[in-house]
Amino acid sequence: MTATVPATAALALGDDALVLSHRLGEWAGHAPVLEEEVALANIALDLLGQARVLLSMAGDEDELAYLREERAFRNLQLVEQSNGDFAQTIARQLYFSTYQQLLYTELAGSDGPFAPLAAKAVKEVAYHRDHAELWTLRLGDGTETSRERMQRACEALWRFTGEMFQPVEGLDADWAGMEAQWLRSMTDVLGRATLTVPEGPRTGAWSAGAGRQGLHTEPFGRMLAEMQHLHRSHPGASW
Amino acid sequence: MATAAAHRTARTDADGARTAAGDTAEYERAFDAAVAADERIEPRDWMPDAYRATLVRQIAQHAHSEIIGMQPEANWITRAPSLRRKAILMAKVQDEAGHGLYLYSAAETLGTSRDELLDKLHSGRQKYSSIFNYPTLTWADVGAIGWLVDGAAITNQVPLCRCSYGPYARAMVRICKEESFHQRQGYELLLALSKGTEEQHAMAQDAVNRWWWPSLMMFGPPDDESQHSAQSMEWKIKRHSNDELRQRFVDICVPQAESLGLTLPDPDLRWNEERQQHDFGTIDWTEFWEVLKGNGPCNEQRITQRRNAHDEGAWVRDAAAAYAAKHTGETGAKQA
Repeated sequence: MTATVPATAALALGDDALVLSHRLGEWAGHAPVLEEEVALANIALDLLGQARVLLSMAGDEDELAYLREERAFRNLQLVEQSNGDFAQTIARQLYFSTYQQLLYTELAGSDGPFAPLAAKAVKEVAYHRDHAELWTLRLGDGTETSRERMQRACEALWRFTGEMFQPVEGLDADWAGMEAQWLRSMTDVLGRATLTVPEGPRTGAWSAGAGRQGLHTEPFGRMLAEMQHLHRSHPGASW
Repeated sequence: MATAAAHRTARTDADGARTAAGDTAEYERAFDAAVAADERIEPRDWMPDAYRATLVRQIAQHAHSEIIGMQPEANWITRAPSLRRKAILMAKVQDEAGHGLYLYSAAETLGTSRDELLDKLHSGRQKYSSIFNYPTLTWADVGAIGWLVDGAAITNQVPLCRCSYGPYARAMVRICKEESFHQRQGYELLLALSKGTEEQHAMAQDAVNRWWWPSLMMFGPPDDESQHSAQSMEWKIKRHSNDELRQRFVDICVPQAESLGLTLPDPDLRWNEERQQHDFGTIDWTEFWEVLKGNGPCNEQRITQRRNAHDEGAWVRDAAAAYAAKHTGETGAKQA
């Protein structure tokens, strides 16, 4: 039995889920159709549930969520990207949920400290991925407008996808193997959606993924300001 | 039961051919008898046009209220002060979208469509509950909405579980279960604030001060000014008068406010030994009618956000329709 939980890994996974959940929460009351109000909130709730378990493995969930500053967050830059239009939200969801499903499937099969969480979460994540894939197909193979928007969204977020496969300290996974599988999956889904797999760099540049080191993109600080404002205004209060 | 049999016959006939003029009176008698016998009216049954129209109006307004009602609470999702509260709030707003969906489905059994109803909401031809035209200014408002607004909604809606129209009554059974849960969560949120720091307590009191009177207005105009009441009660769509339900709500809230350690903002509120009920102050009906006419603090904002979400989502709905048209009949569109 492993007694110690690798805090770096718990924070990386927990922050991914926390931040993406927050972004999806911003859709409430703005979705294109009522069924998507339900679906997006449902995914946001699943992710928030995962975040709470993971952050609690690293410390106190609320202290970690509300009292760390931008430079201390370890989430991927991908998940902090703004919602944009529905296509951008779906592209972000497609990229991330496919990655998360691959990673959690591996972790669920391991004997590490994340196995129990991953075993439960992998079922949720399979649903998230299904949802994102179906919308990718509908938007890609829908109208001319939706196809253009979906293509643009896939391209805009492409440069944030390499970071997902940079090894995280404390997580034992086949990163290169996952990346190859992820790329195959994207080629398949985007192909079926009549979309082109984007070209261009996925890693390397400053902006191509440094969230795991606490280097974030500009919209993230603003997101945290909103998220943390009330909690920080009442130090020590309980809610 | 004679009435049930007559009613079922009418159902079968109405389903087949157009109603001959001479039959209408007979159908009407069967309908009245079924309502009198507390039987449920179902979608394929004959029903008076005015009964159908009243139900469409009421169920649509109820559905619209769930959808517009997401906004004041969603306003706080991104600022919820703990992850536990954030999860509870997200789940609640999600439930509201679900309630909207049940209710639009119930309305559709009466021969209208969700698109048509949404169009009426967006163009101002159908209303939603006036309560959602008030702003959520602090976190405590989320608690006050749960306790008072959901509390008032439940008081109104529990009797609807016995409404004469089956699909509406069944939707209300499901909705009321979830609403009572939300109401308890709201109460518990306020309790945490009330027992928290001085600032938190003040925040809770301020929210209750602002939401109390608007919540009492949720029961609608006084009985002598309520235009639809008498007919709705005769049809057993409605079971109690506005004033009766409002009184019931006040009597429930007073002890709850006490145990919360919060006061209700009404100097005339006191126990009446003789009536065995609380007396309470006069509602500002001018404000009520103004909000109803569209002049409340958030009317413009709420409807604009709803219209924008709908308009900005048009290309997404078009895409889904185009995709479905291209792929009808395909199996395995949903691949792993």
